Amino acid sequence: MSAHEIHALSGAYAVDALDDLERARFEQHLSACAECRAEVASLQDAAAMFPALTETAPPAALRDAVLAEIKTVRPLPPTVARLDARRPRRFANIIAAAAVLGVLGGGVAVYENANGGNGSNHGAISAADQILQASDVQHISSPVRSGGTATVFRSEQVHGAVLVAKNISPAPKGRIYQLWLRNKAGIMVPAGKLSGGDHTVVLNGDSDDASGAGITVEPDGGSKHPTTVPVALMDFGPAT
Amino acid sequence: MSHLQPVPAGDPSSAETGATALAALLRASARGDEQAFASLYDATSARVHGLVLRVVRDPSQSEEVTQEVFLQVWRTAARYDESKGSALSWLMTLAHRRAVDRVRAAEAVSRQDTSYHHNSQSVPHDATAEAAEASMEGRRVRSALAELTPVQREALELAYFGGYTHTEVATMLDLPVGTAKTRIRDGLIRLRDAMGVGQ
Repeated sequence: MSAHEIHALSGAYAVDALDDLERARFEQHLSACAECRAEVASLQDAAAMFPALTETAPPAALRDAVLAEIKTVRPLPPTVARLDARRPRRFANIIAAAAVLGVLGGGVAVYENANGGNGSNHGAISAADQILQASDVQHISSPVRSGGTATVFRSEQVHGAVLVAKNISPAPKGRIYQLWLRNKAGIMVPAGKLSGGDHTVVLNGDSDDASGAGITVEPDGGSKHPTTVPVALMDFGPAT
Repeated sequence: MSHLQPVPAGDPSSAETGATALAALLRASARGDEQAFASLYDATSARVHGLVLRVVRDPSQSEEVTQEVFLQVWRTAARYDESKGSALSWLMTLAHRRAVDRVRAAEAVSRQDTSYHHNSQSVPHDATAEAAEASMEGRRVRSALAELTPVQREALELAYFGGYTHTEVATMLDLPVGTAKTRIRDGLIRLRDAMGVGQ
């Protein structure tokens, strides 16, 4: 897809009218294109006027349920929003943190996408990009039980898979999200790690032969095998 | 519909002052102020829920989604960045995304299990029109929409309220692929310029 064609998706993106693959590609593009970011923001403002046409009060019981539930949920700190304002210093820290995570995770590459600052970790971007842009890329999405969604993009041509995580709730204290690929024998093998928020992570390991991917909550250092019930499972379907 | 009610007093439609107030409520919520969050809920829940109901259609699923939206607002309020748009826009973008995610997930399930359709009841399209007439801003939006061509309105309506992708919209309207996305974008640009928002 050319830059011009990508740019033309701004309106469809602003009203969530892209499929998962187009959305992931467009968000890659957004992280590098200030013009598109400004246009998308202005079109989202325009689209946000539509709900003035459909106002309907929810049942009163819903208010009680919401206000009771927030008492049990801690608001996230503003780190993500601040990232853009003071990128250089803080972003360097994140890259350093990502590098550490990469070492612990056995070479998994992590970088922030459009919502978390722009990616300047080059190797990781091109690996993720190559997979997302591959002509044979397949994808499968799953809600994450603890909050958020995960989508795995997999290409046999490029021999790789990327997990795009959105709005992931932070893992409980002292725990992390661990990523897994299910191999031919049906065994889950470690494929990387994930923290809360929005991330694009290249999965470590042989994705061509994998029959699925999963996410579990594990102790801080990670586990060799899943020790908890997966919070998300993505089945790649019949082996090709 | 029996649960249609007049728009609550804290209605965000009272324009610009409302917008600043919403941003302030959102910032206070990010600091854990439950009362501010309750005010934010009162000011915006009719708008959020009406949108979700219009997209999702099924009343009980819509209530779930509306609840999820407000929990996400509570949890992520600190991520709202005033320099990037209005608080209302942030909230509606988040609500729309949630609603669309819900209908697409349901669609993926129904592809495997056709019996799903028997459980899903739809709400008639115009069920909410009466409430909208009562709102000042609803009238403003309607007059801005008059600036769009009928084909732009049609494509935008299917995308925004129908929750369809631009490719699906193109197929539904029997258009070449690529035409729907252009109509959606051009329509939004006209709407933006007519409403004088987002610039």
